[in-house]
Amino acid sequence: MANVTVTIDSRKVTVPSGTFVIEAAKKVGIEIPALCYDPNLEVVGACRLCLVEIEGSRKLQTACSTKVWDGMVVYTQSERVINARKEILQLLLDNHPNDCLTCQKAGECLLQKYAYEYDVKFREHNGARRPALMDTSSPYILKDDSKCILCGKCVRTCAQVADRQVLTFANRGFDTRIVADSNFTLEESSCVSCNRCVTVCPVGALVDKRLLGKGRVWEYEIKETKCKVCDYGCNFEILSKDGKNVAVRAKAPSNGRPLCLKGRLTTEFIYLDEPYTPYKKENGKFKETTWKEALGIEDIIEKLLDKEEISTGVEYNG
Amino acid sequence: MKTVKELNNIKEKVLERIELRKREQKDISLDSRNMQEGMTHVLVYGGTGCHSSNSHKIIELLEEKVKENGLDEHIKISLTGCFGLCAAGPNIVIYPEGIFYSHVKLEDVDEIVEEHFKNGRIVERLLYEEAKAEDCIKPVNEVNFYKKQTRIALKNCGVINPEDIDEYIACDGYQALAKVITEMTQQEVIDVMKDSNLRGRGGAGFPTGRKWETAFKYDADKKYVICNADEGDPGAFMDRSILEGDPHSVLEGMAICGYAIGADQGYIYVRAEYPIAVQRLQIAINQAKEKGLLGKNILGTDFSFDIELRLGAGAFVCGEGTALMESIEGRRGMPRPKIERTAHKGLWGKPTIINNVETFANVGQIILKGADWFKSIGTEDSPGTKVFALGGKVNHTGLVEVPMGATLRDIVFDIGGGIPNGRKYKAVQTGGPSGGCIPAEYLDTPVDFASLAKIGSIMGSGGIIVLDETDCMVDIARFYLDFTVAESCGKCVPCREGTKRMLEILERITNGEGTPEDLDRLESLAETITSASLCGLGQTAANPVISTLKYFREEYEAHVYEKRCPAGACQALLQYFITDKCIGCTKCARNCPVSAISGKVKERHVIDTETCIKCGACMEACPVGAIIKK
Repeated sequence: MANVTVTIDSRKVTVPSGTFVIEAAKKVGIEIPALCYDPNLEVVGACRLCLVEIEGSRKLQTACSTKVWDGMVVYTQSERVINARKEILQLLLDNHPNDCLTCQKAGECLLQKYAYEYDVKFREHNGARRPALMDTSSPYILKDDSKCILCGKCVRTCAQVADRQVLTFANRGFDTRIVADSNFTLEESSCVSCNRCVTVCPVGALVDKRLLGKGRVWEYEIKETKCKVCDYGCNFEILSKDGKNVAVRAKAPSNGRPLCLKGRLTTEFIYLDEPYTPYKKENGKFKETTWKEALGIEDIIEKLLDKEEISTGVEYNG
Repeated sequence: MKTVKELNNIKEKVLERIELRKREQKDISLDSRNMQEGMTHVLVYGGTGCHSSNSHKIIELLEEKVKENGLDEHIKISLTGCFGLCAAGPNIVIYPEGIFYSHVKLEDVDEIVEEHFKNGRIVERLLYEEAKAEDCIKPVNEVNFYKKQTRIALKNCGVINPEDIDEYIACDGYQALAKVITEMTQQEVIDVMKDSNLRGRGGAGFPTGRKWETAFKYDADKKYVICNADEGDPGAFMDRSILEGDPHSVLEGMAICGYAIGADQGYIYVRAEYPIAVQRLQIAINQAKEKGLLGKNILGTDFSFDIELRLGAGAFVCGEGTALMESIEGRRGMPRPKIERTAHKGLWGKPTIINNVETFANVGQIILKGADWFKSIGTEDSPGTKVFALGGKVNHTGLVEVPMGATLRDIVFDIGGGIPNGRKYKAVQTGGPSGGCIPAEYLDTPVDFASLAKIGSIMGSGGIIVLDETDCMVDIARFYLDFTVAESCGKCVPCREGTKRMLEILERITNGEGTPEDLDRLESLAETITSASLCGLGQTAANPVISTLKYFREEYEAHVYEKRCPAGACQALLQYFITDKCIGCTKCARNCPVSAISGKVKERHVIDTETCIKCGACMEACPVGAIIKK
């Protein structure tokens, strides 16, 4: 594909034609804020935060869905752009609980980050707010609708695995919500707790329940590891605090890596000093289970024990 | 059928049958009321309006009675589409004379059969009011409402039976399709369309020919034609009437488009809330397929084109082109960002032409009569005609088709008959929730794409709502915002969150709780929603607020600063009073549900405004009009 040269905030950059403005900007170190954009997901242009001004275009354009052309001149920080972004952030904050003090996502939340950058604050008002619906049914995922900004990343990432496609939009307009299947709880739904949605959620609407209360993101030391369960080799992070591994969390499922519960539990079991109780979904109910069963190695262990190839002194949490 | 000759044979044969509907109509003098001898056609209008007031039962009863009286040899009863004067329905026109009966009830059928059909005397009391002139009876075409119209898209509505393809063929139907597929190249068709400068009638006004050319020039293994029949503006029913009254004209337009761009498949996305349109479209598609005018190798040529219906589930946003495509593809109807043009990558990623019902209904005529003929009607910038659904505070609500450039005055006063109850004209709202309010001072503005945009409104799909002095402009803005909030798909932040906040402010203002800051906030929200929303619906959602703030700011200010509604429409800001006209009949006190009225018999009564819930029951009950609200 032919290359084109564009000018972004008076910096010139040459990229292949067909590149989106947001990616071209990244190349010259300009970060355009975006809540719904993810290079691994279908472009939807929903959050409108990445609006930029393009010379010759009367309307503001979203950098995530506008392709560069040769000679394009882009302004990502003009007054008009900044004002639009501030207004959009304000609209989001007006409908978002002021819970940053105790929110698990604090420190990593994109809404928090941009609100700080653009100096937009929570404010009192008597208008409507998203209902405070919280789905606590899953031992793995906490879904807090009141914090959802409806970027739809969770829906898109869930849809990428053909046999999952659990999450979807329901209702419309201001009442739009993300639901599992036909508005079931995560427990009742066909959710397999792969946590893809958790990894892409930019705010605290979908969080890994096993991380709750374990520490703040800035306290962790983070090590990356690859899952050893199958050939995909999905990426996980081992979070340690005060020299102790306290949690394992999935990294975003890029390059076709699907993520799965078994892989995450296995990684947890391998790395955590004190792995938490595993749960298994059976007939739409989460049940406490043994590690042998959770990792699907009952047969192997029995056979190994039969053959007396493992020493009798081994202790495992099962 | 395999040849154009066969098509022409049907045309000639059937034209003979229905020719009497197209004869020139003359005034009927009062002293010779005897009907002409020979065939009589009784056309009963069967659009949704007339249908809902039992026109289908009137047809059945007429047929039954005519047969009973042995008149069925020369009196034919026929269904036809909407002829426009909805306010007067159910309507019946009797040809060849063009006698126009309105407000016909089932009980009137006997009299029509007895007096008109048997005795040859016009039933004067059923005549449409304006048809009764001093010394004669005016035929339907001479009635002001119709006389001032120019009918292209509606030319067959009210003339042919929409469920009979032969009658469409008799009125030059499928001649244009025959012409393009046997005599013209794809480029020639596109050139005619471009030359005609037919602009999209769905609202945005994009030149149709240019759109088609974009899809024509894009190479792909498959292309699609979509007819957008997801008409959803409150008070708009142009497309519905065309689909109900002349469905074949839309099918023919789509097939011509299919030929021009190289598509073999078309979809009509029509809302399920239009059951009659859906039914007649299906009948039309079936008949066209039976006759070989749709399907494989049309008229023996290499051109194949099929059309299927897709029913919308009632989401306004699905009238937006990309949301409509998502819906056809089986997904939730939410607009896509326009990374590529839909003429390049549309339905299932293939080049797709999406045009509105009325746009397609114009195509056949343009091909047959030529671009120059089309350009001779309307204005240079906006040639042709536009169909409008005229509603609100106007005498003749209904459907009208006028040349582009006709003024609002022509439409509201000449055709629409002005404002009822002697009230004062205040404004018109055009373009539905995406449009704006145009105040009285612009009554002489020509209605075309550019002129309306200049004064802060849009042509839109063609809804015109007339407002009088009792309409509060803040409340009108609130009404449209309420609609937009309910219909926002929820995808993008400015529309989902912003319109809701705007509505909350408008509700505050109409409740008398608005503050001066609210007006500033409205303006800044309007700016954000307009410039930052994803799709056309969001980008135009603030228009009702912007235009009313521009032209009627003093009304907003009266609500905010004086807690007063100048139009007397906002209930929360009104108080009911009993004037000294009161005769002390006690009716008001007896009708008040909250016992807020006190007074002795034959003495002036008083309303306790603290207790009053402003229901208006007293005002209705008062026999002397002594109760006022202010």
